[in-house]
Amino acid sequence: MSRFPADSVGLVTPQRQAFTEPLPLACGKALAQYELVYETYGSLNSAGDNAVLICHALSGHHHAAGYHSIEERKPGWWDACIGPGKAIDTNRFFVVSLNNLGGCHGSTGPSSIDPATGKAYGASFPVMTVEDWVNSQARLADVLGIGQWAAVVGGSLGGMQALQWAISYPERLRHCVAIATAPKLSAQNIAFNEVARQAIITDPDFHNGDYAAFGVIPKRGLMLARMVGHITYLSDDSMGEKFGRELRNDQLNYDFNSVEFQVESYLRYQGQEFSGRFDANTYLLMTKALDYFDPAAAHAGNLAKTFEQLQAQCLIMSFTTDWRFSPARSREIVDALLAARKPVSYLEIEAAQGHDAFLLPIPRYIDAFSSYMNRIEVSP
Amino acid sequence: MRADLEIIQQWIKPASRVLDLGCGDGELLHYLNQHKQVQGYGLEIDPDKIAHCVRQGVSVIEQNMDKSLDNFADNSFDSVVMTQALQAVHYPDRVLEDMLRIGREAILTFPNFAHWRCRLYLGLKGRMPVSEFMPYTWYNTPNIHFCTFKDFEDLCRQRSIKVLDRLVVDQTHQSRWFSGLWPNLLGEVAIYRVTR
Repeated sequence: MSRFPADSVGLVTPQRQAFTEPLPLACGKALAQYELVYETYGSLNSAGDNAVLICHALSGHHHAAGYHSIEERKPGWWDACIGPGKAIDTNRFFVVSLNNLGGCHGSTGPSSIDPATGKAYGASFPVMTVEDWVNSQARLADVLGIGQWAAVVGGSLGGMQALQWAISYPERLRHCVAIATAPKLSAQNIAFNEVARQAIITDPDFHNGDYAAFGVIPKRGLMLARMVGHITYLSDDSMGEKFGRELRNDQLNYDFNSVEFQVESYLRYQGQEFSGRFDANTYLLMTKALDYFDPAAAHAGNLAKTFEQLQAQCLIMSFTTDWRFSPARSREIVDALLAARKPVSYLEIEAAQGHDAFLLPIPRYIDAFSSYMNRIEVSP
Repeated sequence: MRADLEIIQQWIKPASRVLDLGCGDGELLHYLNQHKQVQGYGLEIDPDKIAHCVRQGVSVIEQNMDKSLDNFADNSFDSVVMTQALQAVHYPDRVLEDMLRIGREAILTFPNFAHWRCRLYLGLKGRMPVSEFMPYTWYNTPNIHFCTFKDFEDLCRQRSIKVLDRLVVDQTHQSRWFSGLWPNLLGEVAIYRVTR
């Protein structure tokens, strides 16, 4: 008798794929060899046309659905949307989710050993771009025998990867689902990322990125980075509703050291918890990938022109209180797709939870997502 | 298919590009897509209707046409359609101008407020007409800009818009022999095809 919910993919085991053909990168360097860690849910049909790629966001990884063990309390990060009967129905689709290169959850990244030196890459790990990731994902698709994805799906930084897929490999996906994302970052977005990076880089334990050699980690910097990031993921309303100005001990202390407001306590907890499980170099790298994403740059900023070669149908969704990537940012994508005469649907979902809404089971969102995915044709 | 949509679809060329403002559940676009290989988009703001469009595989954009249509380029569509919504927008004249900026031609349907039943209701009861067809009271109706055939054609004349086709139908969208005789009195629903 399974202890997991009926609509869970259940127990999953991450897999690992090594690549020995060098991967050329946008920065001019190349990764001579690398490994990708991934999970799959459901099964690939004989026609090989039911595969769906899930792209993760900033701090995400390959564990998108199900549980790693019976004891695991929390399922994968997108369990709300992946499973039998869910929006991405594993009875129909073969779902692949991987940890991006540069990540800290098993795929080759800054904490991996550089075969050239025998030491951890640390600061010498090359800066990755969304394009690089998509190229590496295409190679994983080749290995898995997936010539064309039924859909490439992602939220936030994951949505950027989905868009990049449609641009880089137009014939290799039939549908592109980009949720709570943007065609490029605004100055404000980059500014927040820079604050996060400075928090890490100026931590005395950072040691120019080679903290591992010193046996320390820049925990405080990482915690601050996550705190500022976390604020941008929530909305003013959702924070107000969750914490208000509630005090932890019914009184003001008139000092700067004690944690007085509940929201302070929450942010510190989130930051601390994050700094214990995430790698600082990876955080720097992921935020840089966000900053650099600008597919229209290749066409003098003309996004519609960038989308001209697209063959995929697109579903774009945004959330009303998301201020990190507001609905207006999604509409830029939609308008460019309209101008490029590509089939696109766009939904602006009423939701109080801000950017994080894309991970939550909001009925209208899930319903539309399910309807869209259900219409994607796959062989029996 | 709804009778007015049945009439409209005959005016739309196969494989053309259609923008449907206030597309509802996407019935027209779905039909055009299936039978005429039309590439169409619908604009809609009602979440339930948008959901229905997605279920049908109709390309739907959540956008309020009453706010702006500036994101649509000039002459980017063959036909721009708006059924039973002219009376519900804040600036019907601007929407009409926009429709003819975006599309080569515009197809519109709207209720005729000069229909004899409306006139009778207002004349005898002295109150705003409420019917099965227009079931709202004056304070909660989405229909804020009722007009008549004559009013609409006046607007077209003022803005140098050419009327290509005009059909007058009753509330079940049947064209009766007598409504052609005196459309402003006898027609309940106006169906227009206009161009610059």
